[in-house]
Amino acid sequence: MPGKKIVAMLLAGGQGSRLGELTKSMAKPAVPFGGKYRIIDFPLSNCVNSGIDTVGVLTQYEPLALNAYLGSGQAWDLDRMNGGVFVLPPYVSQQSGEWYSGTANAIYQNLPFIEQFDPDYVLILSGDHIYKMDYSKMLEVHISKGADATIAVLDVPLEEAHRFGIMNTDDSCRIIEFEEKPKEPKSTKASMGIYIFNRDVLTKYLVDDTANEKSEHDFGKNVIPAMINGRQKVFAWQFSGYWRDVGTISSLWEANMDLLGVVPRFDLYDTEWRIYSKSPVMPPHYMGEDSEVDDSLITEGCAVHGSVKRSVLFAGVTVEHGALIEDSVIMPNTVIGAGAVVKKAIIGENVRIGTGALVGCEKLPEDEPYDNKLTGDITLVANSMNICEKARVPAGKVIRFDPESCGK
Amino acid sequence: MSSNAFGLIYTGEANAQLRELTFSRSVAAVPFGGRYRAIDFVLSNIVNSGISSVGLIAQRNYHSLMDHLGSGKEWDLHRKRDGLFILPPFVTKDNTGVYRGTVDAIRSVLGFVRRNSQRYVVLTGSHTIYNTDFDAMIRQHIATGADITIMYSDESGNDFDRSEQYDDLRLKVDEDGCVTELTFNPLNPSTPFTGCDAYVMDKTLLEYLVEDAAAHGEFDFMQGVLIKNQQKFKFYGWKYDGYVARLNSVAQFYRHNMNLLKPEVARDLFNPDHPIYTKVKDEVPARYIGGGSAKNSIVADGCIIEGEVENSILFRGVYIGKGSRIKNSIIMQASVINQNCDLDYMVLDKGCQVLGGRRLAGYDSYPMILRKGVVV
Repeated sequence: MPGKKIVAMLLAGGQGSRLGELTKSMAKPAVPFGGKYRIIDFPLSNCVNSGIDTVGVLTQYEPLALNAYLGSGQAWDLDRMNGGVFVLPPYVSQQSGEWYSGTANAIYQNLPFIEQFDPDYVLILSGDHIYKMDYSKMLEVHISKGADATIAVLDVPLEEAHRFGIMNTDDSCRIIEFEEKPKEPKSTKASMGIYIFNRDVLTKYLVDDTANEKSEHDFGKNVIPAMINGRQKVFAWQFSGYWRDVGTISSLWEANMDLLGVVPRFDLYDTEWRIYSKSPVMPPHYMGEDSEVDDSLITEGCAVHGSVKRSVLFAGVTVEHGALIEDSVIMPNTVIGAGAVVKKAIIGENVRIGTGALVGCEKLPEDEPYDNKLTGDITLVANSMNICEKARVPAGKVIRFDPESCGK
Repeated sequence: MSSNAFGLIYTGEANAQLRELTFSRSVAAVPFGGRYRAIDFVLSNIVNSGISSVGLIAQRNYHSLMDHLGSGKEWDLHRKRDGLFILPPFVTKDNTGVYRGTVDAIRSVLGFVRRNSQRYVVLTGSHTIYNTDFDAMIRQHIATGADITIMYSDESGNDFDRSEQYDDLRLKVDEDGCVTELTFNPLNPSTPFTGCDAYVMDKTLLEYLVEDAAAHGEFDFMQGVLIKNQQKFKFYGWKYDGYVARLNSVAQFYRHNMNLLKPEVARDLFNPDHPIYTKVKDEVPARYIGGGSAKNSIVADGCIIEGEVENSILFRGVYIGKGSRIKNSIIMQASVINQNCDLDYMVLDKGCQVLGGRRLAGYDSYPMILRKGVVV
């Protein structure tokens, strides 16, 4: 088989603990997004659309939903004779065997996988970002600059720069300094967690990093700074366009809302750059006689008899008569009962909201205190919950399985 | 579980009543129900029966059909063992490539029939839409010891319209299901039991019947094989009680599509236990913006709706501009209706464009069709 020019490695092992209940039984990249997608569809589709046909998906935390979703890779056209999509969990070998202890360690443990394809370049991606990017353009620049490593960067507002890994570059875009979450940022070029490496350089630095007992085996914290200090040619590649880390409840909600509007912030309608996903095999959606809809995304298998405003409905959602959904994200196969009201909420898969229930309603003084550190004012109902008839769920509350309270 | 049967689908039906809908495609490729084509139903029925070998006889304008089916992967039919076999016409010493009828067509694919290791053949046409699996029919076929089992439905609830009659096979059956009389396109049908264009038989019998019919100069399966042999062989009927849509005319095409707006019909044809597979287009979810709405309508993915839609079916990737009102219409894939248009009782084929402010209307009994790609 001919060798590959470039192989992509997609880091999909993170727990995504800030997504709380949504990642209780699935890895973050498997979380549903945008009506018919899961987060991982974005980097995978970007790969295919960029002409990259060999992708290793590194899994570790709750991989079952993700494994089942990826299957043979057919949905992304990644069922290939030579290449395709591969799920790479941690494994045991004769000498050792251990969990992935960091992003760099995960790639290190899979260097033999990369070597099978004999690529010149390795692309490292994260499985928790929503964006459309042509990696082939980044590779072109990487090659033309004669770089050892190229990092995709995005201009962020100066006041937010302290939350990111910031690249300080010279006039030729060469990175002279990397600062992780600097208190006083010197530039606004934030790392997007997308790297292209020359394979030989990557291999050398990963071997060195593994030997270094003080390292946390993280690309951003250890490997990239080591390369810059080692005088390797590390360049920044400027990306402009929509990019969003959906690692928190509020950013996940906001990114869904970004798909709405006459001119959405993030437009998925692009026949030249389709985002692929696994088809749920359902008929087109049905809008009932009494339905009302305003500024929403609705997909296959839905049946809407109530009102839907500024919301995203996933496949197979039923909205019964008189129900009202506002500013919400409703995940697959959930039923919103007659007369129920759901406001500014993320409702998980296979949930039933009982008749006349109020989800995301105003918090009253007599409500029991609850922890909304993760959710803010967004109400979250975990997968497969059953909200009782006429129940009240105040804004920001998380409804999760609790054997004692029967989900009230 | 794999079945001891294989499927054979004939897609060469020629029915002038379908007018513009079949100008550039075979009946099998006629769009139906917002994201499907007629063939998706019979093909999914076969796959949902655990049948893994399917031959599809192509004849007329089969380009769009081949395009739709591809390797068969969406029906799980791209296999090393068995799978989907598209059987286009070909010219040989004793075959002109243009079939004179179903018998001719089946005769030219007898090689495929013989090669299959399964014993029974499920033989179907492509213009009849229903959602079932063939297991019960095959079981009954074996239990009764029938030579041929014919699937039929009771059409007593529907008015008979002679002008829409096409390949109309009528059956009389006794209480055991044994067929006592078969008639073809009768002037005044004396029975409401109507064939669904699906048959189960032993494949060796099929081989014999088509060779025998051809030898006697018969070219049509219904007339030359079924009607001629009704005394000679044991025919049984298998009654199907679900919804059956026969695409016999534009009016029927329209009516059956519109019936999908009735929950009981949609539940029957889109039974989640028997999913209907189709080519996946990776369209984005439908988007409603700027006061766009849809009432009592079926809307597929990829649509952008800024106008008002009522009692209509929108296929994938349709755009409805601001101020436009679409009523009682079927708008096929990728058609664009610009601003301030009024459409009533219209059928727009794929890729039509209606420029701003146009008013187009057909009538209940005679919906107007815009041919594929027309700009108004």
